[in-house]
Amino acid sequence: MIDQQTLERHGIKPDEYDRIVSFMGREPNLTELGIFSVMWSEHCSYKSSRVHLRTLPTDGPQVLQGPGENAGAIDIGEGLAAVFKIESHNHPSFIEPYQGAATGVGGIIRDIFTMGARPIALMDSLRFGALDAPGTKRLLEGVVAGIAGYGNSIGIPTVGGEVYFEPSYSGNCLVNVFCLGIAKATDIIKGVASGVGNPVYYVGAKTGRDGIHGATMASAEFDDKSAEKRPAVQVGDPFMEKLLLEACLEVMKTDALVGIQDMGAAGLTCSTTEMGSRGGAGVEIDTALVPQRETGMTPYEIMLSESQERMLLVVKRGREKDVESVFDKWDLHAVHIGDVTDDGMLRVRHHGELVAEIPNRALTDEAPVYRRPMARPEYLDEVQQLDLDSLSDRDSGGQTLLRLLSTGNIASKQWLYRQYDHMVQTNTVNLPGVGAGVVRIKGTDRALAMSLDCNGRYGYLDPRRGAMLAVAEASRNVACAGAKPLATTNCLNFGNPEKPGIMWQFGEAVAGLGDACRALDVPITGGNVSLYNETDGKAIYPTPTIGVVGLLEHVDRVLTRRFAHSGDVIILLGESKGELGGSEYLKTVHDMVRGVPPSLDLAAERALQALMVTLATRRLVHSAHDCSDGGLAVALAECTFGTAGIGAEVSIGSVPVARSPRINAAAALFGESASRVLISTSTDTVTEVLQQAAKAGVPAQVIGETGGNRLRISVGGDIEIDVAAEEAERAWSDAIGRSFVRRVA
Amino acid sequence: MKFAVIVFPGSNCDQDAHHAATAVLGQQAELIWHKDSDLKGADAVILPGGFAHGDYLRTGAMARFSPVMREVKAFADRGGPVIGICNGFQVLLESGLLPGAMLRNKELKYRCEFVNVRVEQTDTPFTGGASAGQVLRIPIGHGEGNYYAPPEALERLEANRQVIFRYCAPDGTISDASNPNGSLHAIAGICNERRNVVGMMPHPERACEPALGGTDGLVILESIVKAFAPA
Amino acid sequence: MRARVFVTLKKSVFDPQGQTIADALHSMGYGTVEDVRQGKFFELELAAADAAQAKALAAEVADKLLANPVIESFRVEVD
Repeated sequence: MIDQQTLERHGIKPDEYDRIVSFMGREPNLTELGIFSVMWSEHCSYKSSRVHLRTLPTDGPQVLQGPGENAGAIDIGEGLAAVFKIESHNHPSFIEPYQGAATGVGGIIRDIFTMGARPIALMDSLRFGALDAPGTKRLLEGVVAGIAGYGNSIGIPTVGGEVYFEPSYSGNCLVNVFCLGIAKATDIIKGVASGVGNPVYYVGAKTGRDGIHGATMASAEFDDKSAEKRPAVQVGDPFMEKLLLEACLEVMKTDALVGIQDMGAAGLTCSTTEMGSRGGAGVEIDTALVPQRETGMTPYEIMLSESQERMLLVVKRGREKDVESVFDKWDLHAVHIGDVTDDGMLRVRHHGELVAEIPNRALTDEAPVYRRPMARPEYLDEVQQLDLDSLSDRDSGGQTLLRLLSTGNIASKQWLYRQYDHMVQTNTVNLPGVGAGVVRIKGTDRALAMSLDCNGRYGYLDPRRGAMLAVAEASRNVACAGAKPLATTNCLNFGNPEKPGIMWQFGEAVAGLGDACRALDVPITGGNVSLYNETDGKAIYPTPTIGVVGLLEHVDRVLTRRFAHSGDVIILLGESKGELGGSEYLKTVHDMVRGVPPSLDLAAERALQALMVTLATRRLVHSAHDCSDGGLAVALAECTFGTAGIGAEVSIGSVPVARSPRINAAAALFGESASRVLISTSTDTVTEVLQQAAKAGVPAQVIGETGGNRLRISVGGDIEIDVAAEEAERAWSDAIGRSFVRRVA
Repeated sequence: MKFAVIVFPGSNCDQDAHHAATAVLGQQAELIWHKDSDLKGADAVILPGGFAHGDYLRTGAMARFSPVMREVKAFADRGGPVIGICNGFQVLLESGLLPGAMLRNKELKYRCEFVNVRVEQTDTPFTGGASAGQVLRIPIGHGEGNYYAPPEALERLEANRQVIFRYCAPDGTISDASNPNGSLHAIAGICNERRNVVGMMPHPERACEPALGGTDGLVILESIVKAFAPA
Repeated sequence: MRARVFVTLKKSVFDPQGQTIADALHSMGYGTVEDVRQGKFFELELAAADAAQAKALAAEVADKLLANPVIESFRVEVD
């Protein structure tokens, strides 16, 4: 009945099939097999990653909801909670950039409002192949248009994010989308089905044949046949989702719901099963009652469809009319399709006839858990070798700076974020391009800062340290806005976990992630794993994208990276070690991705972040910017951009890392040592700032002052960079837009 | 005074407009659902920004058929002040309360950023508090703000002084470089012949608090409040 | 009965989408495509007694909603 070919098409391995048979006590029928195939797919079951994810820190007094629900939640004071998560939509975006990205945004937004929170901010982390490589522009344009099209339409501002261009992602773009919402802490509602006889309602768009096996597609590599998988990409309808969002938030206020969950990957199957599992209950539905927009749909298709903009509600018995009237107001379907039972089974009927019957737990808790073999890959020893004495650099510091400022990774992303409505809801305090995204919370004096970060090259060179550095950078960005980092969400993007080298990268990254989150006290509240990001056997860099959320108790203490006045003193916090491993400088000037990522002292990082929050709270600084891609010189330049002409002149020590003075100068200017922040403050607060730094045990050094209209940096007494601030800003701001110049008559 | 903020399915900036009217201007404001036909005694009507009905077919095309628009038209006919912001402007155009139409931005991309607009006429309820030629720095956020009217209609508009705002440089000069969407004659906002209905693409409600980066939007919003202030 | 409605931008209205498409075709080597204007196409399933009635109904619908007379014109075809 079920042949090998069918099993393969469903992505089920022979031993997995044996497990299914033993659970059911019989062979499954095709509909049941379909249900198992999506629930046991990597995307839904996390079978390769669970053993590692279990080691992550997920607790803390600030955590209201950790991993396991549709999104995580943290306490932000005044009875409020911030609900947030990040998710990937990598494979669909590669196949159909606009809709893949759009539906990714739609999916993460649903995960937030299904918890009872009104979404108030979006961010996205995007990675593509080299900017000038064929295919990149098309992907970039489509993805950005998709995010804009969906986010703008539904009215949630996109306030930040990151974009990286690395050849490693040319066959597998990464589209990770983050959403954050606000709810009263007592109003958070979970995805749970309980209470025998409580009606199960389907609300939202009609079900069609889109996206069937989308979950299994996300769990597989690309090859020549990927083009045939085109029908698995869904089309999003942001207008429908806006109606759904408003209707759901309104119905939650009636207190008529037991639980609610959105239908995302694996659609109706996943939501019924997961809600049943969480509640220790069973769910019985009749697929003939599901609103359908195509004719002749089978129960298999209805259960597996990934049509967008649909939610599953469990309603308190007797409250049906209250729920129906809310959805009626918004002109949405709200259909009673089944009930909660007490036998822990997922029971599917079609016109009353039983077509599938599976114990819920078999699909969720009892899904396979793999302890896949790990082996340190052979490429590492070789690629970690970096002989700085073998490098020669003819360019002046100024020339190199201008070159780095115009690389895709560093250049202004205004071309992108100008397409995003980042002001709707009138909460955006820090507009994109000045550091972490910051949104105020109306009705309070508070604000939330958020940042998405990860450097894929670091992950490639040392997955453990790369992950630690990602956590450090995201939380540092939040602290530089003056906000106390509170919690993390992670999107782990890796290659094929069936390869021991990739699994090793994953295990190492998770270990590093755990260490950093523990040390910096930013527990993980939820996230996503995206595996099988490989094309023709070539995997992407290990890319654990990290999102950190922090709290500003007083929104008026918010900082940006821009210098505020001429004649301010510039102080460097932290220690410069001239580390060029994995740096943008090494890649751009020497065409190398080698060495080891910068070292990281988590205790020092923690002290630095606490110091930043203190300095902001006490209004002791005017601006703050951390050093990351391109090192101190790039960070300093970025502090001058958008200031209407405030330049800077600084003097830093040299760092002898090589024989060549040019390379030493480059190390000092463009080395990417971690745990460093550039701050500016007025002359009469310098002493106090230095005292605070000393008290915190953070190295602090006055290096120069703001003013003039040039960017001048001396290293060890020699002027290495002396360029017009305006020239630097032009190189930075024009770079990406220039590749898209369109002639319009 | 009391504002009515019309809410269509898909409106996004209704809460922003309500917040500006109440928390910032200290006035009363009520959200009016598109199926209602009672403006609840409002003194002024705001059609807010967003994507009413998904902007499917054309921006604002289907919103004009909502029951509430009959009331808005009647209110306007009685001389009541109406302001359409962004999508609201598009709804006013589609419903014939203002002349012309919106096309896609010339560069075919959505644009969200602060721009400068020059106040051309101060004899409307929404610009009474401004001075002629005053430059206001207010954000836009739209993909279809490219204003079009056929040549004769455009001539009439100019002759009747119905152009209220034009996109400009910070110093007030008009040029292609400071026109974010290709709009004819750099038109950013217009009024009807009777001068009580104004449509504008920029969002004044996004520039009325210092925390958000600018307060020039207050000039427009305070104008209407002043118009109703007890003498 | 099925009616097809073609909605196009009036000649005098600048069409940046059509222009962009033409440019793309040119860069693909189709120099002989001189101009492109983008429009919209609607298929209406109508309960009408005959073709004439269907055409009249489609035209009314087009005039009221499908086309914006300020910038667009339309034509109707009925099977």
